[in-house]
Amino acid sequence: MEYSPLALDTLTSDKALILCCECGTQIEPNPTNMCVGCLRTKVDITEGIPKQATLYFCKKCERYLHPPGEWIKASLESRELMTLCLKKLKGLNRVKLIDASFVWTEPHSKRIKIKLTVHGEIMTNATLEQIFIVEYVISNQMCEDCHRTEAKDYWSASVQVRQKTINKKTFYYLEQLILKHRAHENTIGIKSVHDGLDFFYNTEANARKLVDFIISFLPCRYQQSKKLISHDIHNNTYNYKFSYSIEIVPISKDSVVCLSKKLTHQLGNLPSICVVYRVTSYINVIDVSSGQIAEISSNLYWRYPFQTICNPKQLKEYIVIDVELIKEKDKKKFPGQGNISHKFAIADIWVVKSEDLGLDQNTIHTRTHLGGILKPGDSVLGYDLSGSNINDENFEKLDQDTVPDVILIKKFYGTNRSSHRRARLWKLKHLNENMDINSENNDYNEFLDELEEDPELRANINIFRDNQKQINNDTSCDDSTLPQITLEEMLDDLVITDSEMIE
Amino acid sequence: MAVRVQFENNNEIGVFSKLTNSYCLVAIGGSENFYSVFEGELADSVPVIHTSIAGCRIIGRLCVGNKNGLLVPNTTTDTELQHIKNSIPDNVKIHRIEERLSALGNVIACNDYVALVHPDLDRETEEILSDTLNVEVFKQTIASNVLIGSYSVLSNQGGLVHPKTSVQDQDELSSLLQVPLVAGTINRGSDVIAAGMVVNDWISFCGMDTTSTELSVIESVFKLNESSSTTINSVIRASLIESMS
Repeated sequence: MEYSPLALDTLTSDKALILCCECGTQIEPNPTNMCVGCLRTKVDITEGIPKQATLYFCKKCERYLHPPGEWIKASLESRELMTLCLKKLKGLNRVKLIDASFVWTEPHSKRIKIKLTVHGEIMTNATLEQIFIVEYVISNQMCEDCHRTEAKDYWSASVQVRQKTINKKTFYYLEQLILKHRAHENTIGIKSVHDGLDFFYNTEANARKLVDFIISFLPCRYQQSKKLISHDIHNNTYNYKFSYSIEIVPISKDSVVCLSKKLTHQLGNLPSICVVYRVTSYINVIDVSSGQIAEISSNLYWRYPFQTICNPKQLKEYIVIDVELIKEKDKKKFPGQGNISHKFAIADIWVVKSEDLGLDQNTIHTRTHLGGILKPGDSVLGYDLSGSNINDENFEKLDQDTVPDVILIKKFYGTNRSSHRRARLWKLKHLNENMDINSENNDYNEFLDELEEDPELRANINIFRDNQKQINNDTSCDDSTLPQITLEEMLDDLVITDSEMIE
Repeated sequence: MAVRVQFENNNEIGVFSKLTNSYCLVAIGGSENFYSVFEGELADSVPVIHTSIAGCRIIGRLCVGNKNGLLVPNTTTDTELQHIKNSIPDNVKIHRIEERLSALGNVIACNDYVALVHPDLDRETEEILSDTLNVEVFKQTIASNVLIGSYSVLSNQGGLVHPKTSVQDQDELSSLLQVPLVAGTINRGSDVIAAGMVVNDWISFCGMDTTSTELSVIESVFKLNESSSTTINSVIRASLIESMS
């Protein structure tokens, strides 16, 4: 098939070409009878649209101001940012927006450019398309929230966490719990005070959340109070400052407690003198002579409060001379007795104080729940009840003959742990960098030791691999009996470094 | 020669004036400026007449005429008719006609020999038209518009038509008229040609907005520039002689 030149001719000559009234080029007639070039020079449909605008950006929380009062998060070249940019343009409703896209700008240039394609009607039935670029200047303005945070003293709710004990291990543990569960996200300030910590919040709900979090992990009680700051009688609004006071039970793991008679009745006739072997949201106690265990809830504790009669500071080292496990049939049982743990092996044990080893032939006999892990010759830490001066109301009511001379608490892994501590392959994160971890009483190191010894304790927290330490394959100096945290339990810390910046 | 002129800040001067080879009508205006431009250009050749038709100033749209005659609508008052009759040359016939389409300027386009008219025009009017103006009458449309008098301007030298007129239509019309036609615009892109300009065989008046491109199109199609002063004179003389004979 061939093209017919005639047909082509009639096609093209169907409409006569006219001269553009401005420049005289030949064009097809259109409603303005002007060529596109002349039309563009004469009419600007983007006339009422500003070509430059300002966006306000809070550097601290990285949000943009969405007038009048909202602050929104928007990443560069995102849909949200485009919405924000287009809303800034006042005259855009007079034309029809066809397309909008970002033009790349240097991220640090504080400039955003968007390319807009608009259709505008210039005369009846004559529509003109125009493409233009709008430049936005990002200027810094601190948002109200950040302003309040920066002002430091601004808070509307506070949580005061207190524990009246001699060491801070519970707080180190609490810190790790908070970090693992990200319970601190809305906190605007943390302050360390005597016997505890203060957490500050913008809203009461956030404070309440932390209170619930702590209650679910630690045995404690709390009180709420509020203070009227200001109020508006016209619209019935009141401005309060809320305070939550949390008191954590002052009982720590590995201490010996003396329960009141009433409490022991409730706990299945548990003997009064028990060892606290774990503290979760309950206090877990065990009677070392029978292996009977009990859980004491915080409610129960506050109803029948009791005190530590021996705390871990008073631990003494003993050497095991002989161990004899008690057979199942020899265990003392009576009706109404509470749970008996089968995890712990109850044993008769003969020990001697390590400082008296070789001097004193008289071994001390006692019973222990550590029968499974102790062998003759091992070192063990325990309390010397007979040799210590105990001031406790409940303890004084007891028949002193039933009180054992020595209560053994845990196996002892050598006196010199400092080299082991130095070689530790893991580390913990902290809420703020300048936290007091080098306290003189060595609490923090003891807390780390406890983590190594107790897998249940570290199940609730995140342990990170310390990249500054090399894995030591030289086992000669390593004591393999020492409890360690395996590499599998450690997390790799996220380290972001910009290599170019370092150069 | 093409002259730019404005009627009281309005560029649609074809509405307010009527120009032929033997007379020129201009509307009564608040300002003498418009009148004096016509007067300055035409005073030595043709009479320039101040008038209204039916009390209106839009005389260009209401009447139609050439060197032979003038048709006015029946709304024209007797006084006006008498005034025009007194002012125009004696050999120009004037006729008041009964026509439903009373804006005669909008429905009739003519030069001294041919008239193109609205398809719905009365048979009677057609006859009067051909008798009074001495023209052949053709019913036509232009670029699918029936208002042929609004969208085209004709002289004995050429014609300017609506910009959307197709080439076939132009060919057809120019074969009827026996003059070259061109599609074009007036007043910076306006397509209502007859409202924007008036023309006779040696001069044209256009609205003030008319661009130089449009002017050059007008001058070339109406052959206004090529004649030197002597040829203009001879043409004027010829038409004068014709009118006086």
